[in-house]
Formats: sequence, C-alpha cells, structure tokens
Amino acid sequence: MNNLIKGETGDWEVVIGIEVHAQIVSNSKLFSSASTKFGGEHNTQVSFVDAGMPGMLPVINWVCVEQAIRTGLGLNAKINNYSIFDRKNYFYPDLPQGYQISQFKQPIVGEGSVTIDIDDKKSKTIRIERLHLEQDAGKSLHDQHPEFSFVDLNRSGVALMEIVSMPDISSADEAQSYIKKLRSIMRYLGTCDGNMEEGSLRADINVSVRKPGDELGTRCEIKNVNSIKFIGQAIDYEARRQIELIEDSKIIDQETRLFDPKKGETRSMRSKEEAHDYRYFPDPDLLPLSFSENIIEEIKSELPELPDDKKERFQKEYSLSPYDSNILVSEIEIADFFEAVTKGRDPKIAANWITGEFFAAMNKLGFNIVDSPITIDNLSKLIKLIEENIISKRIAKDVFEIMLENNEDPEEIVEREGLKQVSNSGELEKIIDNIIANNPDQVEAVKLKPKLIGWFVGQVMKETNGKANPKLVNDLLNDKLN
Amino acid sequence: MTIDSKLVERIAKLSRISLTETEIKNLSSELDNILNWIEQLSELDTEGINPVFSSFDEEETKYRNDKVNDGGYREDIISNAPLSEDGFFLVPKVVD
Amino acid sequence: MTEFSTLSIKETITSLKNKDFSVSELVDFHISSMENGRELNAFITETADIAREKASDCDQNYSKGEEKPLEGIPLGIKDMFCTKGVKTTASSKMLENFVPPYESTVTQNLWNDGAILLGKLNNDEFAMGSSNETSFFGEVKNPWKNNKDNFTVPGGSSGGSAASVAAGMGLASLGTDTGGSIRQPASFTGTVGLKPTYGRCSRWGIIAFASSLDQAGPITKTVKDCALLLNSICSYDPKDSTSSQKKIPDFEKSTDESVKGMKIGIPKEYEADGISEDITEYLEKGKEWLTESGAEIVEISLPHIKYALPCYYIIAPAEASSNLARYDGVKFTHRVDADNIIDMYEETRSQGFGDEVKRRIMIGTYVLSSGYYDAYYLKAQKVRAMISKDFKEAFKKVDVIYGPSTPSTAFELGDKKKDPLEMYLNDVFTVPVNLAGLPAMSVPVGLDKEKLPVGMQLIGNSFDEESILSIASCIEKSAKFDLNPNKWWINE
Repeated sequence: MNNLIKGETGDWEVVIGIEVHAQIVSNSKLFSSASTKFGGEHNTQVSFVDAGMPGMLPVINWVCVEQAIRTGLGLNAKINNYSIFDRKNYFYPDLPQGYQISQFKQPIVGEGSVTIDIDDKKSKTIRIERLHLEQDAGKSLHDQHPEFSFVDLNRSGVALMEIVSMPDISSADEAQSYIKKLRSIMRYLGTCDGNMEEGSLRADINVSVRKPGDELGTRCEIKNVNSIKFIGQAIDYEARRQIELIEDSKIIDQETRLFDPKKGETRSMRSKEEAHDYRYFPDPDLLPLSFSENIIEEIKSELPELPDDKKERFQKEYSLSPYDSNILVSEIEIADFFEAVTKGRDPKIAANWITGEFFAAMNKLGFNIVDSPITIDNLSKLIKLIEENIISKRIAKDVFEIMLENNEDPEEIVEREGLKQVSNSGELEKIIDNIIANNPDQVEAVKLKPKLIGWFVGQVMKETNGKANPKLVNDLLNDKLN
Repeated sequence: MTIDSKLVERIAKLSRISLTETEIKNLSSELDNILNWIEQLSELDTEGINPVFSSFDEEETKYRNDKVNDGGYREDIISNAPLSEDGFFLVPKVVD
Repeated sequence: MTEFSTLSIKETITSLKNKDFSVSELVDFHISSMENGRELNAFITETADIAREKASDCDQNYSKGEEKPLEGIPLGIKDMFCTKGVKTTASSKMLENFVPPYESTVTQNLWNDGAILLGKLNNDEFAMGSSNETSFFGEVKNPWKNNKDNFTVPGGSSGGSAASVAAGMGLASLGTDTGGSIRQPASFTGTVGLKPTYGRCSRWGIIAFASSLDQAGPITKTVKDCALLLNSICSYDPKDSTSSQKKIPDFEKSTDESVKGMKIGIPKEYEADGISEDITEYLEKGKEWLTESGAEIVEISLPHIKYALPCYYIIAPAEASSNLARYDGVKFTHRVDADNIIDMYEETRSQGFGDEVKRRIMIGTYVLSSGYYDAYYLKAQKVRAMISKDFKEAFKKVDVIYGPSTPSTAFELGDKKKDPLEMYLNDVFTVPVNLAGLPAMSVPVGLDKEKLPVGMQLIGNSFDEESILSIASCIEKSAKFDLNPNKWWINE
C-alpha cells in the first residue's frame, strides 16, 4: 500500500510516533487510597495526598504495578524489575504538588512491539520504545466563570501508563489501527478500559514529513487527541499543513499543537510557548520500584490469550478467513460471544451470522455485544436450524427479526409460524410437476436458455412461501428439465 | 562558573518567583559565591561511583493494597484555599 | 511551691504519680512560663486553652491509675509539624493562616501517649537556616546571653524548640533536623537534641524541606528525657514509604547501660582548623571522661567529610525547590491576586517566601536544570555515596563517633545574617550525618569563656541510637551541666 502524499513538489512521506496515556484499571489511585471512579462529584475523590497538602507522602498501589507489568507482557516487552520514580517539575493549576510523579530514565517496561494489519494479507510491526507509570493531573474547567478557571482534583493521582511508540507509523490509517490494536490488547488484559470519551485513553501524536529517503523533518506534537476519528483527522490535517509550509519555503516550528475537532484543524498552543525544563530527579519520597522475576513469571502465566494468538487459533481451529478472524478477535467480548455461539455449531455459519446480520442489527439498534437482546443460546439455536437445513437462510433472516424483538426461542418461532423448510422431495416434486405442466412456454424456453431455470426456482419458492429447500429444488428441476 | 543576571532571571522564571532589579543583582553575586564554593566537589574523582539518592536502602518496597478508603472530605481539601466556589479551587483563567 | 522548671520529664512523671502536684498545676505553670517568655519569641501559636482542657483529662487518668507513658507532659512542637485544627505555618508568610485538617504521625504518637500540646514553636522559614533569623514571625532569642550581655541566636532551624526548653517553657519539644536543625540549636542552648536514623520516625504530616534528609527528633533537658520521647515518636508508618519496619528498642534502658569496652572514634579530620579553643578544650575533656568510664578512644578517618557541606547545599536545595512548588497560591491561604495565572504564581511566591527560602529554591532549580544536573545534582549524590561509605568503614571499627556539634558557640543576633555562605559553614559537623542517614545527638558539656553552652556531638551507626544514648548518658553524668540560664526575660 502506498502511504505517500502528493504535494506540488512531489511525494511526501509522513512519519508518526504516538504517546498513549492509558488510565490503569484500579480501584484506588497510584499513590493514594482515593477512588478512581469516573464521574464523581468534583473534589470528592481527593485525599490529602492527591491535593498536595504539606507533609503528605505517596505510597504505591501494588495493583497498578501489576497492571503495568501485565500490559508490558502483552506488548511483548521487556519488564524491568528495578525502576525509578522521578519528579517532573512544572507549574500548572491542576498539578497540586507542583510536580508529577513519573518515570524518566528507568521505566518499568522497556522495548516491545504491537502488530497491526495493513490489509488481509499484510501486517506491520510498530515498535514500542517504553511504558512507564505516572500520575494523572486534575482538571481545569474554563467555561464556568468569565475570569476564573475552576479546578477539580478528582483525577489527580489516578494511575496512567504512558506507552511510547517508535516513529514507525506512516499514515493516519496506520495510526488508527495502532490505537485500536493497543486498546484491544489492554482490554483483553483488563488493564485499561480504553474509554476515550471518558478520557481513559488519550494520545499525543508526533507528526513530521519528509521526502522519501530524506532525514527526519521537524516534528510537531499534537496533544491530547481523544478519539480515533480525530486522530485520523489531526494527522491528515497536520501532514498537509507541514507539506504546504515546506513547499512554500517556510519553516516548521517544533511545537506543541492542539486539535480543534470543530474546525478539523490543529493550532499552536500558546500557553506552552515557554521552553520547558522539567528538572527530573528521583522522587526522594519513594523507594526504587523492585520486584522479583518470579512475580513477572507468575503474572505471565495468568495472562489471557491475546488478539494475535486468538486470531491464529480461530483460523486454525475454525477454518475462518483472516478477515473474519480479525473482526471476531477485535474485542474480547466479541471473541467470547462467537466461541460461545459456535460451540457444537458450524463455525463458518456462526462467523457469518455474527459479523453479518447480528452486527448490522446491533449497530442499527444501538446495542453493544454485552447487552445484546438475543442470548447466546438462542443465536446458537438459530445457527443450528440453518445448519440442519430446517430453515433456509432467507427464512432465518425473518426468524432473526422476530428474535430481536423479545429474544424468543427460534425453534418455537419456526414451529409457531410453520417456517420449517420443505425438504420432502415427494412434496416438492408435486409442486414442480404442477408448475411444469402449467407453463409449457417456459419449459421450451429453458431448453434454449438454461439460465431461465431460475424462474422455475422462483415459482417453487412462491408456492412454498420461501420454505422450499433451495438445493433440493435446484436438483429436482435440473432432473426434470434437462 | 559565573552567575549573571540573565541566568538568575531564567532560574527565577523556572521557579515562578518574580524578582526586583535589586534582588536580581544581589542574587547574582550571592549565587555566584555559593556555586563557586560548591565547585570544590569537582576536585573529587567520582568515576564509577553509584549515586545514592536516599540513605534508606535496606528495606523492601512497601505497597498499598487497592482498597478505596480515603477521600470524600471536600470541605477539608478546600478549607485553606484562598479562593474557592462551590467546592472548586479558583484560579485566574487559564487559556491554552 | 514546687520548682517545676528544674524538673525533667522523668522526675515530673514520678511526682505526678506521687500526686505531689496535678497535671493542671504543671500545665498552668508552663503556660505562665510561656506567657512570661514572649520576649524570646519562641512560640508562634500558644495553645493554652487546648493544654488546660487536656490537663484535666490527664488528671483523671492519673487518679484512675490509667496514665499513659507521657501523661500530662506539656510539650512545644516545632511549627513544621502539621497539627490538626491548630495553625501550622512553617514560619512562612506563605502558610501564615494554614490550618491542617490532619495530624502528623509523630505528634499523634505523642498525644496517644498522653502528652499535651503547649504551643507551636518558631523556626527558620521552612526549616532553612541556622540561626532562626529567617522566620517570617521574627527571630528567636537565645535564653543564654553572652558575657557582653548581648543577645545571641538560639541556632536553627529548630530555634524555638531549643530556646523554649532552655527557658523552661514546656518540659521538652519536638524539632526537625535536615542538616543539623536539632543538634546545632541544642548545642547553642545547652539542651539535649537527637536526630534519629532516617526512617525511624515517620515524615507523614511534617512539612517537607528536603525529603531524603528530614527527620523529626526531640529536644530535652536530659538524656533520659530524650530517650523517653524517642520511645514515643518512633514508629513504623505505612503512610511513609521511607519509614522503617525495624524493631524499636526500649531507648530508656540504653541510658543506664555501661560504656565499658565501647569504642569511641575521633575523626582526625575534625582536628582541623576552624574550631574555637573552648570547644577543643571540651573535646579533650570528653575523651578523658569516656576513658575514665572504661571506653576506648580510637582515631578514625572520614576522608571525604570535608565535601559534605557543598554536597548538602546541592541536594537539600534541589529537593526543596521541588517540595516547595506546591505553594503556588491555589490551595494554601496566601495568594497575590493577578489577572493571569503566571503573574499570580510569581507574585504569590515572591511575596510569600523570604530571602533565604528564595535563595535555596533558586539554587535547587539551577542544579537540577537541564545541562547542570550531571555536574551538580548527580555529582553530589555520588559524593554522598562516598561519605556514606566513609561512615560504614568507620563503624566497622568503632561504636560511636565523638566530636563537636558546631565549630563555635552561639553567635550574636545579626552576626552572620548578611553572608549566607558564612551561615552555611555553621553546619559543617552536623550535615554529614544527614547525608548518611545516621542517628546523632548533641549533649551539653559546659559553658565557654563567654558563658555560652557548648555541645558535643555523638554519631551512631544506622539504627543504633542505643549506643549514642549510653555514651551521652555517661558524658552527661561527668559534665554535670546545669541548664539554668539567667532568666533576664522575666520582668520582676
């Protein structure tokens, strides 16, 4: 696939690196025992530690450490069993301590990788540079008052993983695939819920452009992009902007920019103009973070099957196409749903139904797989009815529509509505003979144009209200007309 | 090492402390004096020495469990704030 | 009328048990001492009402025979310890009206043992200083005047803590020690001051100056009192990641141990220049006392000790610059209003902090800033490692290291205020101990020619407060120091 962008002076290549801030799934904060729950009354989920009160001290939450190790293992990364917490010093109203506790020189997780699919056949490895633990800041609300910003510290101290990729991403599409894949892995692991609307997953995107083969260009960092759609838009806009600047012989300033979703543009962040000097140093309130290799091994042994392995297994075990496997493993809930439905059933039919009719209906009705109005049991029964030729595919769609209404048992629907497929050849032969007898012209015509056999099939279906077994009808007609 | 007023201004900016002209002048010479005295450390060869960031080095890391048992006292959090409204801290408007 | 002011904690508890006097009488006496001693400016906040109320509870406990180890003992607390509902200022304009909604672990330990808060004590602003002259609430005067009848400094940063005990306002006090802030003022005021091993006392609820160096400790009249307070304040605290889980011994017992056979190290580097004649004299006297008691004097070497002071003046300001970033006008009382956030920060901090604090924030910011980190901060932490190693080597040979607490006795008010560097040099003997996290204490040994107290320092191995308490007890017995300054501040 060609990722090059056409400019006036020729083709341009985009180079993208992404820093993801993923909120760790935990009950309490990274260094305090206040709640992490989303949506609480402002400043009610704040301990004295989170508010940076004088004399308050951080004590680390072991579950957050485990989650970081788990995520690191899911990214095929090296886990450092000795890492250091540093203070990143800067002033900001929602940073109550005046510094953020983060990891600078010695992060808990080192190099790893994430594989993304380019198309059905090709995949690409995006290298991960590191993952480190850090605290989230609070939130400033700017629209409450004409002169003042309001500060809410509920988020202050919530555990984040910052996951830094190498600049291996070459297009908006790849960037989106990368985020989706990363999110999927973390959801499989249960380490981050990936909810971008609630801010559980935010991305800082570094974008630069160059002529193929040239040195890396000057990069701009687009801060805090919080939807997959915006990530695509922001990269496309930013790449264009940079290309136009260079082609106009203008200079690109290395700077931090913000994406404005309303305008679909990125713009310079004025408040961050001043050069930063974070004065990192090891936090003297915390000991180095160290744990044994055994702990890593223990966590490793409890890891769930991850999307890549699951996809491979689905292809092997269920003989599914890479395309279908991909869709089914994209979310662990979907994969689990599929495996439950397909138990004892034909996996291909199950896969087709789930990725086809079922997803379409869920989308249309605004349901999620976890709150699907049709139970696993009933969908499985429907597959069984199709598989055993009790109903035709067409009839199955009708049955499915009825099931959507109140999760009725498909077997009962078929029984009640008399929808069973007519697979009795004697019964069908009678009908066919009748049609042949009544339509001599068509019988003549089909001898010249064998394709016209479809007309006879249609007639049979009409007579049987669509319940005739199409294969049997075809076979019988072929016998009789040829 | 000489500390001039420009450097003092830069450090003051990083420290978020505003200084008068006189203060800048005084601090330049005081800091210059102190840092020159500190400079004597450079005569020590520290090649191959591992830095010690804390004298607390013997014991294992202590961990907190993941229970929620703190927070929920907004009044105490806000009580010392110079300016607050409806349980929020108020600061001069910040624009990005 | 009982002469309350001459009693130690130990003696007071015995008297209270014997019903010689009540806690209320004791507390009333100390409240009036505190009120009569306002000229010393040792207290920032007096809590007479709290003390009286608690005193009657304590009396009940005594009458029921349910008294706790420090029941009814009135104490002054340095204003670096957060006390719930009682103004805690760090002697800074920045926290002029700060009322903590929580109690520090060490003070809570004291209240749990029955002690009574008499008031909050003055100190150098944010514990940065060696003379108590940097306090926003004004300088503290040393109860000991020199023979020219001039005012002297009580030392710092725990100047109020030391002065109050020397003047008999409270039976003892709590200080903090980051580079000598307990030991130097103790030595300037003829009191006993001990900085425990880093990690012995929880730092939770103590306003931070330099986190890797700060440690709480008692200032008392006697060595035994010091051990009693230590028994109360030391505890493992899960809220402090650097709090030790080591077993806490009975420190009082150590004060009765014989020093026979103990090895006392004298660093040869200490015999260098800069120490006053009187102090050298007492240093020698001390050696004699210890030898007479059966201890053995051994010469040791701490080759890198002379680098401790510059090393400290990188590390402490660096940590402070970060610890004090939270005082930004958003959360704690003091703010200078401005149209935009940056001006608000800069004006608030410029007006809220005093000169010495600003100076140290500036030094700290500089040594951590990009391009200088390796040359200053990292270098200093390597030097710190070398100094720690020096001590480790020394403690393979000796039980306790003995030397002066300070190069001179109390200087006159205003004497060193003009030159920060000269002030810093005052901590030359105390600072190395904090860098290595060791326990150390200052014991009064006598008066110099100017009639000012002289203190000697004892340094112990990590988590071996017991040995220094035994040695201190021995020195105390031999020195027979009389903590009885002329009470010039009381108007007849």
